[in-house]
Parts: sequence; structure tokens; C-alpha cells
Amino acid sequence: MASVAPPIAHGAARMRLREDGFAHLILWAGIAITAFPLYLTLVASTLAPQEIAQAPMPVLPGDQAWHNYRTALLEGATMRLSPPVLTMMANSLVMALGITFGKIVVSILSAYAVVFFRFPLRMAFFWMIFVTLMLPVEVRIVPTYAVVSDLGMINTYAGLTIPLIASATATLLFRQFFLTIPDEYVEAAKMDGAGPMRFFWDVVLPLSRTNIAALFVILFIYGWNQYLWPLLMATDKNLDTIVIGIKKMIGTGDALTEWHLVMATTVLAMLPPALVVVAMQRWFVKGLVETEK
Amino acid sequence: MQRKVIFGNRLLPYALLAPQLAITAVFFFWPAGQALFMSVLQQDPFGMRVTFVGLANFRAVLSDPDYLAALWRTLYFSLAVTVLAMVPALLLAVMADRVIRAATFYKTVLIVPYAIAPAVAGVLWLFMFHPAIGSLAWVLKRLGIAWNPVLDGTHAMILVILAAAWKQIAYNFLFFLAGLQSIPRSLLEAASIDGAGEARRFWTIVFPLLSPTTFFLLVVNVVYAFFDTFGVIHAVTGGGPAKATEILVYKVYFDGVHALNLGSSSAQSVILMAIVIALTMLQFRYLERRVHY
Repeated sequence: MASVAPPIAHGAARMRLREDGFAHLILWAGIAITAFPLYLTLVASTLAPQEIAQAPMPVLPGDQAWHNYRTALLEGATMRLSPPVLTMMANSLVMALGITFGKIVVSILSAYAVVFFRFPLRMAFFWMIFVTLMLPVEVRIVPTYAVVSDLGMINTYAGLTIPLIASATATLLFRQFFLTIPDEYVEAAKMDGAGPMRFFWDVVLPLSRTNIAALFVILFIYGWNQYLWPLLMATDKNLDTIVIGIKKMIGTGDALTEWHLVMATTVLAMLPPALVVVAMQRWFVKGLVETEK
Repeated sequence: MQRKVIFGNRLLPYALLAPQLAITAVFFFWPAGQALFMSVLQQDPFGMRVTFVGLANFRAVLSDPDYLAALWRTLYFSLAVTVLAMVPALLLAVMADRVIRAATFYKTVLIVPYAIAPAVAGVLWLFMFHPAIGSLAWVLKRLGIAWNPVLDGTHAMILVILAAAWKQIAYNFLFFLAGLQSIPRSLLEAASIDGAGEARRFWTIVFPLLSPTTFFLLVVNVVYAFFDTFGVIHAVTGGGPAKATEILVYKVYFDGVHALNLGSSSAQSVILMAIVIALTMLQFRYLERRVHY
């Protein structure tokens, strides 16, 4: 690049090149720190148990990938009596999708009510939803467990998902967006004799597509990665999510831990949310930056 | 803000709000109320009688050396996680903002840890630093460091801090990058023409303009370190060895679910709620300021 630059800009161009080289160097260091733990896990998931057992393990993949993933998916870590990872992944998927769709439906409806209607107690309800931001599960562990247990929802998919589908952030995002829909649309709809639900289906829902896509990414990851909630709600190991399953497969990290299977399971636990983030990167970044505003 | 044109309907808005309000009432307000209620009660050891004890539970919690130790531990854990997650993220964002070649590639790789559950991030780091099989633990031992996070509390703390910070860099990176990209190029070019060097431009223009983002991330990271790191601690150390990694949220869980000390656990829940509310308020003060900004 420097060679085609006119002589007068030569110094500046070289300077620029050197600075960019530095930037690329730092970024590669960042990538190394990000990717190294992931790479090591991926390699370990293809090794035989005795190759992992004696440190340091090989840094290049082995030939046990098929065997390890097959065993993990279909049998699980039998020494810890864990269910097959396929079952855990199904549980995680049910939980992630249940929470995602539940949250989107519940919050788009309530945002629609708050924005497009005027009724007694409107603001009180809005604040009720808003303050849930300040009550994460972590601060009300025991009483929430008691409520779910009184309702007979321990060890059920309903118990895993329903209590988590009330969401202030999603409601706030939809509200913010609904406020920008031009009044003319509503007037036109009213003039054509369309009722509020018709307007919702034909106008509001199609317009909300991008917001829904953005929320989908964030909520899917949120649901898939839940930890404390399934830990409390599901004592039946057949309801273990994959993240909880990994913890149980490690146990106390002693000689019984089948690390080759744990690592294969870890890769399987990271794959779905990572794919969602990478594939839907555009919506994800938009959604992340906007929901937090 | 309100819309001018709205629908007139008496019952529909309540029906639309009902699902969200029902879930909020049953799973948020009722348990939070219970936590408040139980925090002023004392149950006898056999669970037969409950007596009102006023603020005795709070007094007991706040004068308990174990609790105070956990409080200090949480503070320095949060400080370490926040600094280690924000400083590298800022550096990487500044560099990513500067390069043109391969920018998408860098971004895509660097955001992947956002998709990984805190508990799984903990497992990745445990595997690298496991005293018997970890590759990096092996390197440390070759360097003459008696690395053993299973027995040494300080080592365990370092491990959970690194895992928790590693996962959070991706999130901070995205927000810093979005903040940097909203800074007008013309400002930087003008400063550059006036002869301001790279470092000077950063500290006099970029960093001040980025301060709303930085402040916002500061609050988010502290909240993350206080609450969302539960998975890391539970999966990697279980609060040990000898409570060396027991932060407040883990203590609430342990005292309530394992030690079954409901009065104390509820009082701790209420204290945590107060902390969340304070942090949320702080975040909203920032929001208001940004509007004027």
C-alpha cells in the first residue's frame, strides 16, 4: 500500500500501517484469550480418557470424537448415573424456547395494552411490571421455591418456564417501539373499521418483526443458560438441563469424572446459543444495545 | 410519553395485561413479600412455632463474622471481575474500531463468549486449571508454582474471577464498540489536524465521550458479578475451599436451601434486594443524565 501512495503521504501511510499492525496484534491476542479455552475443550472432547488423565494433554485433536459424542449423547456419564445428554439437550431446548416465546407473547400483549389504551390503573400496572427489574430470582430464592412447590410445579416443565416469562425488559422494548408507530396508522385503521385486535395482527405484529428477532436471540441465550432456577426446580435428573447436567457429571472433580464425556457435553452445551448469536449477529447486537437503553 | 390516538375499549386492555400481571404477582411480589415477612420471624428448630422477632435476624446477620467476611469477599470479587472484564474490552473495542480489514471476523469471534453460560465458562477454566489434569496448571507447576485451587482458597478465588471476567468481556466489548462508533469522525479528524497524537485524542476526546457507556457498563458489571456469577461459583468451587469463594448470593442459596436457616436467609435476601434496588436506581440516574447529554 505504501508503495502506491504519492511521495508526500509516504510517511503518514507508513505510520498508519504500523498502527494498524499494532491493532491487529492486540485483536489477535484478544482472540487467543477468547478461543484458547474453547479450543482446548474441543480437543479434549476428541481424546481418549487416559490421554486427558495425564497432564499435559495433547494439543491436537484425537480420534475419539465419534465415540465420545455418541456415548455422551446416547448414554451420558454412566459413572455419575447421568441421563443421556440428548435428554438434557431436549430439556434445555424446551426451557429456552418456552421462556423465549412465553416472554415475547406476554410482553408484547402487555406493552400493547399500556400504549394503545387509556384505562384506570394503567400507570400502576406499568410500574408493577417495571419494578420486577429489581427482583431477580437470586434475591428471593427460598420463598419463590416455596410458591412453586405449593403450586405443585416442582419437577415440571411448567415450573421451569412459567415463573421466568414475566419480563420488564421485553415489555419496555416493545413499549418504546410502539410509541414510534405513527398516529395516522391508527386513524386509518379506525376509519376502515378495524378493531384493536385486527390492528394488532395486521399492523403492529408485522412492524415488530425486527424487535422480535432481536429479543429472540437474547432470550434464547438467557433461557438456555439458566442455572439457579433449574437447580432449584428440578430435582428429578430426567429434567436436568445440559448446563446443570455438566455440573453433575463433574461432581467433585475426582478420579470418577469422565472428562472426555464432560468436554463433549460442554461443546454440545455451547453450540446452540453460539450458533444463534453468530447466525443472527445483526439482530443480536441491535437487540442487546436497545433493550439495555 | 403517551400516544394521542388510542383505542377505546373497557375490558380488552385488562385481558391483554392479565398474563403478565398474574405471573408477576404470583412469582415476584408474593415471594418478595414472603422474604420480607420471614425476615422478621424466627422458626424454632423443629419448625413447630414461629415467633415475631423484629429486626433480630438482621442484627444477627450483620454481626455475623461469616456474613461480613462474605460481604468483603463479594466486594473485592466484584471489583476484580469488573476491572478485568472492562479494561481489556475497552482496549479491544478501540482496536476493532480502528481496523478495516477482517473487522467482521474479529467481532464475530470476540462476541462468542456472550453465548456461553457462566457455569459453562467456569467449567472451561476449571478444566484448564484443574490441579491434576489442567494444561495450564501443568505449566504453572513446571514454573514452580504449587497451583491447587481445590485446596488453596486464593487460587480458587483467582480461578473464579478469571472465568467470570472472561465471559463478560464480550458484552462490554460490544457496548464499547457501539459507543465508539457513535463518536463523530470529524471531531477526531479536527483534533488530528491540530496535531493531537493518538494517546491525546483518546484521553481528551474519546474517553470523555465514552463516559456514559463506561458508567452504564460499570453498573451492569457489578450487578453481573454480584448475582449472575452464581453459576461460576456453584459449578467450579461450590463456595469452597473453606468458604474462600462464598460470595453473598451463594451464601443466601446455601443458608436457605442447604442449611435451611430461613430467617437468616430471608434477611440476607432482603439485604440483597436493597443492593439491587440501589444499583438499579444508579443506572436510571445515568439514563436521565444521558437524555440531557
